[in-house]
Amino acid sequence: MIVVNTDFVPGKRIAEVKGLVSGNTVRAKHVGRDIAAGLKNIVGGELKGYTELLTESRREAMSRMIAQAQELQANAVLNVRFSTSNVAAGAAELYAYGTAVVLVDEAG
Amino acid sequence: MDHDTENWIDLLFNIGIPLFLLVLTYFTGRVIERRHFQALDREEKALSGIRLTDLGRLPPGTRVRGGTMVQGEVVIACDYYRVFAGSLKNLFGGRIRSFETLLERARREATVRMLHEARRAGANYVGNLRMETCSVGGKQDGNPSGVEAIVYGTAFTLE
Repeated sequence: MIVVNTDFVPGKRIAEVKGLVSGNTVRAKHVGRDIAAGLKNIVGGELKGYTELLTESRREAMSRMIAQAQELQANAVLNVRFSTSNVAAGAAELYAYGTAVVLVDEAG
Repeated sequence: MDHDTENWIDLLFNIGIPLFLLVLTYFTGRVIERRHFQALDREEKALSGIRLTDLGRLPPGTRVRGGTMVQGEVVIACDYYRVFAGSLKNLFGGRIRSFETLLERARREATVRMLHEARRAGANYVGNLRMETCSVGGKQDGNPSGVEAIVYGTAFTLE
């Protein structure tokens, strides 16, 4: 499955557009609960635990989006975008969306 | 407990400790930030061979092959002093430089990580750059505990 955030893939052309696909995850980010992060909040620096949480969420959201594309029998997802938003009660949503297409090799 | 001791304890907890934290985190914050900026300068120099644009289309005359999505992300904490300085600025208005540097560090760090992933994929051109930032944690109506940045694009190999 080809996944890009451009609307083209060099050497290939779009044979069929399957439609919009997306995946999202919501994660709780209550930093106050985490002691190590609490210390970092006093002195500053990277919150590695939260970066890892973010990476996991992003991977999960993207794999859900790719699963949707596979269901539609697409072989690529183009123009992928991310959107993050703070939901109430200290949670944040990561939303990944793109267009699932069927790509074929460019003739000639 | 007699009155004097109570007063001293009061003073210690209400003024002494916050003041100590402010002074401590002012200095630790500056050191951490300076080191981070130096590291960023080094990394960006090492990765300067990779062309970076936010163009959706390839620049005219460019031929590429490949095409894989790359991304980098980071979450950076606000320290005690930064939050205090920010609240003070909120009273009087104006640029909050302490938060400006925080956001700049987050974006540049996320970009550097994305470029590392592009390099690992053997790419030398990253296009369609997009950036997302978000505040992390903290009380609902209080100051954020940190800021997160996601930077993503598509990596190609120039022919």
